[in-house]
Amino acid sequence: MTSIPEPLPGARRAGVPADARRRREFSVFSGLSHVALAIWALMVIVPILWTFLSSFKTNTEIFGDPLTMPADYSFAAFGRAWDKAHIGTYMINSVIVVFFSTAGTMLFGSMAAYVLARYKFFGNRFIYFAFVSGMAFPVFLALVPLFFVVKNLGLLGTHTGVILVYIAYSLPFTIFFLAAFFKTLPTSVAEAAFIDGCSHTRTFFSIMVPMAKPGLISITIFNVLGQWNQYLLPIVLLPGNVEDKWLLTQGIANISTSAGYQADWASLFAALTMAILPVLIIYIIFQRQIQAGLTAGAVK
Amino acid sequence: MRQGKYPFIVGFLAVPVILYAVFVIGPYAQAFYIAMTNWRGITANPQFIGFENFTRLFEDEVFWQAVRHHGLLLLALPILVIAIALFFSFMLNVAGGSKGGTMTGVKGSAFYKVVFFFPQLLAVALVAVLFQSIYRPDQNGVLNGFLALVGIEPVGWLTNPNLALWSIIGVMVWQAVGFYVVLFSAGMSSIPRDVYEAAALDGAGRFRLFFSITLPLLWDTLQVAWVYLGIAAFDAFAIVQVLSVDRGGPDGSTTVLPLEIWRNAFTYSKFGYASAMGVALFFLTLTFAVLTLRVTRRERIEF
Repeated sequence: MTSIPEPLPGARRAGVPADARRRREFSVFSGLSHVALAIWALMVIVPILWTFLSSFKTNTEIFGDPLTMPADYSFAAFGRAWDKAHIGTYMINSVIVVFFSTAGTMLFGSMAAYVLARYKFFGNRFIYFAFVSGMAFPVFLALVPLFFVVKNLGLLGTHTGVILVYIAYSLPFTIFFLAAFFKTLPTSVAEAAFIDGCSHTRTFFSIMVPMAKPGLISITIFNVLGQWNQYLLPIVLLPGNVEDKWLLTQGIANISTSAGYQADWASLFAALTMAILPVLIIYIIFQRQIQAGLTAGAVK
Repeated sequence: MRQGKYPFIVGFLAVPVILYAVFVIGPYAQAFYIAMTNWRGITANPQFIGFENFTRLFEDEVFWQAVRHHGLLLLALPILVIAIALFFSFMLNVAGGSKGGTMTGVKGSAFYKVVFFFPQLLAVALVAVLFQSIYRPDQNGVLNGFLALVGIEPVGWLTNPNLALWSIIGVMVWQAVGFYVVLFSAGMSSIPRDVYEAAALDGAGRFRLFFSITLPLLWDTLQVAWVYLGIAAFDAFAIVQVLSVDRGGPDGSTTVLPLEIWRNAFTYSKFGYASAMGVALFFLTLTFAVLTLRVTRRERIEF
């Protein structure tokens, strides 16, 4: 094993002048790249911070110089956004929908993935490829017929309809990912369970699921975020006549597109803040798991 | 009692397969048929009209406008995001040199990685709402406010037809870079440090390390990134629908196919025509995916 003591992988064998020149180039380059990193960090932080601050501003302040601080910090806009702009309702709706759709996706996705990964039967490959090929189709192709399928089932404008559609469209990736994961688990533990008289179902829930926990956590994070951030499906499946059923993304987008100069802009920013802040807090606590969960699909 | 194998298999597969067949396979299959009907409105009886929708589509200026925008997105989005993300992830993982036996990034790497990734977690619709104020065309927009500090006149980021699509691409890049920094970082950290050390001993500088070691060994990850960003370039629905002026404007200068599909279906009730656009979008996406995988195929470097 070799190890280099010096911090920069500079040229050891080169003559002294060349070495010095390279070092100088490095320090210029390194300085510039620090500036670039800092600028990008500011580009991420400033718009978000600005949104938070704007929820404390008055309409006059919002339409004034964008680079001033709010005059006083009152939470009135948050209250108005929560009640009058219905952000409270939208947020609760989103929580309900994402809770049931993620739970359903994980339950049905892991059941199907397990059977497809570990059991040989006629049609296994066919069903597996039918699920996996769903990843290749743009959802916009199915948009019109999907709308009518949901409508004909009487589920248009209901949370049940949205939940079922979310589950169905999350299955391809969930099954693709989890089937690969179940295949890597050792077979000996399940075999021992069978010998002890454990049923297939019990083996799955009490032995395989706990063993697959890391994979299940990654894909749960992936699905929670994907479904929480959905915009297209809510605006199609929860149309304008069921405003009390709307979800957070669609509610906030609607406030912003329908708001004119007379509108209550502070409460729009308060709404955005209330939507961003929980995500930020959860991210700060679970950043490692979240980064791993979201990139899991791409690394495979 | 031990249950039989087949009842178990059927029991586990029944619900997911039924859900998937009803809400995914069924609609996809029907879309190809609906694309060949003149279905308009909810009560009208759709008639089979063959490829008429497609003939009309190919004469539709809006369709070609949207396709050209996808072409631009398909070039600009992957090139910008991958270039910026590669630069940052190299700085954050390798450029700090070898310390304590591993390659490290520059100072503050962990902090930058956390910050850069955050926009990825936000819903595109929310990001679009946020950038409406950033891009506001008068001197009170955030971006124009900064420009005013250095004495530049307010720019119509979203109202100037020549600039609007680039402004939207800017937001897409802003949101995507962090994800690819993390993705490339994962790839870079799996490159053994011996390889870097050997190259460094031979006198390779940071630029050389990047182009001769990092880039070739990261090829698989880059390919995945290119496919992901390409697929994103064929979407762009939420960002354009919420952020752009007049949903795809001004004068259609930011419109994309998904937006036109949605508009034709749910504003004009032209269900047949919207589905024909959907079929066109499907074939465009498919062509892109197949071409990318063929063109970028290389021998895998094992290490």
